[in-house]
Amino acid sequence: METILLKNIQNPNSADIAEYKKAGGYASVRKALGMEPQQVIDEVKKAGLRGRGGAGFPVAMKWTFASADPKFPKYLLCNADEGEPGTFKDRPILEKNPHLLIEGMIISGYALKAEYGYIYLRGEYPAAKHILNAAIRQAYGTNLLGENILGKGITFHLAVHQGAGAYICGEETALIESLEGDKGQPRIKPPFPVNVGVFSKPTVVNNVETLSNLPYIIEVGGETYAKIGTPDCPGPKIFCISGQVEKPGIYELPMGTKLRDIIYTHCGGIKGGKKLKAVIPGGISTPVLPPDKIDCPMDFVNMPKHGSMLGSGAVIVMDESVCLVKVCHRALKFFEHESCGKCTPCREGTGWLRAILGRIENGEGMEGDIDTMLAVSTNMLGKTFCPLGDGAASVVQNFIKHFRPEFEEHIRAKKCVVSG
Amino acid sequence: MFSSAAKQEIEDIRTKYPNARAALLPTIYVAQREFGWLSSEAFDAVADLLNVPKATVRGVATFYAMYKQKPMGRHLIQLCTNVSCMILGAERLVDFLKITYGVEPGGVSPDGRFSLVIMECIGACGTAPAMLVNDDFHENLTEKNLQEILEKYT
Ligand SMILES: Cc1cc2nc3c(=O)[nH]c(=O)nc-3n(C[C@H](O)[C@H](O)[C@H](O)COP(=O)(O)O)c2cc1C
Ligand code: SF4
Ligand code: FES
Repeated sequence: METILLKNIQNPNSADIAEYKKAGGYASVRKALGMEPQQVIDEVKKAGLRGRGGAGFPVAMKWTFASADPKFPKYLLCNADEGEPGTFKDRPILEKNPHLLIEGMIISGYALKAEYGYIYLRGEYPAAKHILNAAIRQAYGTNLLGENILGKGITFHLAVHQGAGAYICGEETALIESLEGDKGQPRIKPPFPVNVGVFSKPTVVNNVETLSNLPYIIEVGGETYAKIGTPDCPGPKIFCISGQVEKPGIYELPMGTKLRDIIYTHCGGIKGGKKLKAVIPGGISTPVLPPDKIDCPMDFVNMPKHGSMLGSGAVIVMDESVCLVKVCHRALKFFEHESCGKCTPCREGTGWLRAILGRIENGEGMEGDIDTMLAVSTNMLGKTFCPLGDGAASVVQNFIKHFRPEFEEHIRAKKCVVSG
Repeated sequence: MFSSAAKQEIEDIRTKYPNARAALLPTIYVAQREFGWLSSEAFDAVADLLNVPKATVRGVATFYAMYKQKPMGRHLIQLCTNVSCMILGAERLVDFLKITYGVEPGGVSPDGRFSLVIMECIGACGTAPAMLVNDDFHENLTEKNLQEILEKYT
């Protein structure tokens, strides 16, 4: 497949505006500014574009809500918080193809009649900050940002806002709190950000990869774009594969590519010819899958039917030498650390689950620990303020569901039965 | 007190936002850089400059892992131990840092050269294990290349 999102990233100067324009960049902005804002939204609707941040929400629908709100100014926020463990798909766009994102933001800003945009960039990406700031300066210098863009009377200002190491700020309402200068704790919905978002104004939050699809959609039109991928989930998807495969890395493939093909065809199979034990298909918060469940098409609609989720498309592959109690414990350490503390089931539940997993890992597990974990996680599911708590609970439930004997063995033997 | 260059930088940051409060996170970053860490004096300086209560500044700053509340070593090692890095040996690297440089997670080496912070995924999982030293990524780490890399940070 011809790459769309990762186009030209092999070029060492790909982040420079001259190189980007040489490869046809910013032609879509000119084209979009010649259309009506509503026509741009219509193309995105025809394209069937879904958000790539994890939830897969239809982009045109979100935009229509924000566009219909009579309050001004409107804001467009790019979610570049990329914190879901296993995920490294936005980083190549941010570092190597920043103008693709900026072009996508100008197009969506125009469609939404938004005058201000911010890129909420995670603090852990210092290089990307400098690259984005340089790219933004270049775009201002060539009248692609600022006032009267390309002489069309359109205003769009763009700036980078740097996060400071809090995973929860990837959740869109926590992101908004953080942008306003507060702790990143999620807000209750409704009202939704499309009506009452940052600075109490209509706000659209979209992921880096989502926004980076727009130049191509405008270039070829929504209908042509929709021929890529699956009918329910069109378009290209960046998958990022880590763990024990021969060729880990980033792969831009059509939405709906089978998990098995990603692992065995594109990534060259399990490292050293070992046996596959488990796969986390969409970032640490998505349900783990055993080897006999990897014939699933990787998209937002099919993955839930196969017992997991597409999430961020972050595939973590584990071979037979990996102790899954240890993996589950590490995952829960993460959730406990990143729980924002706002609601009790998540704040307490993540701590208890981590503690029980810790003692099992240390060979101090007790009979009944597995049932206790199931009870604790059941008491969290559906009872937390935001999806972080649900994610933590379902991680534990799915590890137990698919790999219960390994947990039982670990408790009985009072040590790791995998790595000794 | 902020230097006049830092004050100018914060002025520039403020123009990117509709109100001063929204400039709080980037201003705390500037304070951290200027003062080395977020001492009580640094909190005062931020509170004064943005006209935000000191308790608010402290409350916000303590929420975020990358704001440092104690003095740091000359170089900051941010080593990821999340799952993709862990299954490829990140924990051995933590032990190695302890043995070789005497630095523990959350601590500073006795010679003040390195601080070590354990990270929750830094977006380099495909080239795991990975770390940031100050602002630079280092990936595909082994005990051997880890030492080679760190010897460049004196
Ligand atoms: C705990 C949590 C963390 C999240 N982290 C991210 C993230 O790092 N990046 C991202 O784009 N979306 C993240 N999301 C999803 C956002 O809330 C939001 O759905 C997304 O930014 C919308 O953009 P999209 O429609 O383009 O996907 C997270 C959600 C939750 C609940
Ligand atoms: S579920 Fe967890 S992260 Fe989400 S609001 Fe509650 S405490 Fe915070
Ligand atoms: S898990 Fe270590 S960089 Fe992602």
